[in-house]
Amino acid sequence: MTGSTDLGTLAVGDVVAEAAFPLTRDSLVRYAGASGDFNPIHYRDDVAVSVGLPGVLAHGMLTMGLAVQPVSDWVGDPGRILDYQVRFTRPVVVDPESGAEVLVVAKVGKLDTEAGQARIDLTVTVGEQTVLGKAQALVRL
Amino acid sequence: MPINPDIVGRALEPTAPYLVGREKIREFSRAVFATNPINLDPAAAQAAGYRDVVAPPTFPIVIQQLTLDQLLAEPDAGIDFSRVVHGDQRFSYTRPIVAGDELTGRLTVTSVKTLAGNSMVTAETVVADASGEHVVTAISTLVVRAED
Repeated sequence: MTGSTDLGTLAVGDVVAEAAFPLTRDSLVRYAGASGDFNPIHYRDDVAVSVGLPGVLAHGMLTMGLAVQPVSDWVGDPGRILDYQVRFTRPVVVDPESGAEVLVVAKVGKLDTEAGQARIDLTVTVGEQTVLGKAQALVRL
Repeated sequence: MPINPDIVGRALEPTAPYLVGREKIREFSRAVFATNPINLDPAAAQAAGYRDVVAPPTFPIVIQQLTLDQLLAEPDAGIDFSRVVHGDQRFSYTRPIVAGDELTGRLTVTSVKTLAGNSMVTAETVVADASGEHVVTAISTLVVRAED
């Protein structure tokens, strides 16, 4: 779902996009190959457990990468994203059978009509718990 | 071993040029669930004014990772890779990365802190194209967890 990108009709608090991303172990292997991050905590249960983790985790950068996609689709052109930041606050455990579902809600956090820019704040959750903090994308409209 | 605070301000050598391939961008796009045709289809990217397919916003991590590997390999940095977790990440763009770009990254350590036994190092990687123009700055904070 995506809403209007007209700066004149947007208001702080408006939800501009939302999406659900079903992650599986396959998603993690795919991201490992694409990014070159082959840390085994992202695909080996025994290694994850041996370093004290609850299980195999999604790469933080995978969560960050997918969370901005609804914004990218909303603005239409990834080149309109001027700045993007997140804090990794909680690991995303990906069950070997059921995976994990990442939900993203993108809201207008701040508007600068003079500069033609909006700050989009992302709420990123897995099973009701937020997994990213201060997830913000600055976009040019 | 804590992170050596003397590494603040250190700038590493620029990385060897990384040629961004079209298929690499498509592979990365699929991996981060990007479905925008500008990321995948050269004709759509050209219609939007780009030379070729455009990388998703987090693709610069591929270049930054090369520079973080350099940092971890600095003999006096004192960063224990097995205890590192990613704390936060930021990208500030001048323009998006496009297939055909030849990019180099140059890392500077901007801060080292210790908090409750955990050490944090913040590193800023400036990514430039073959003509030396700024493309994106990637900023990572790595947390080195305290010994158990």
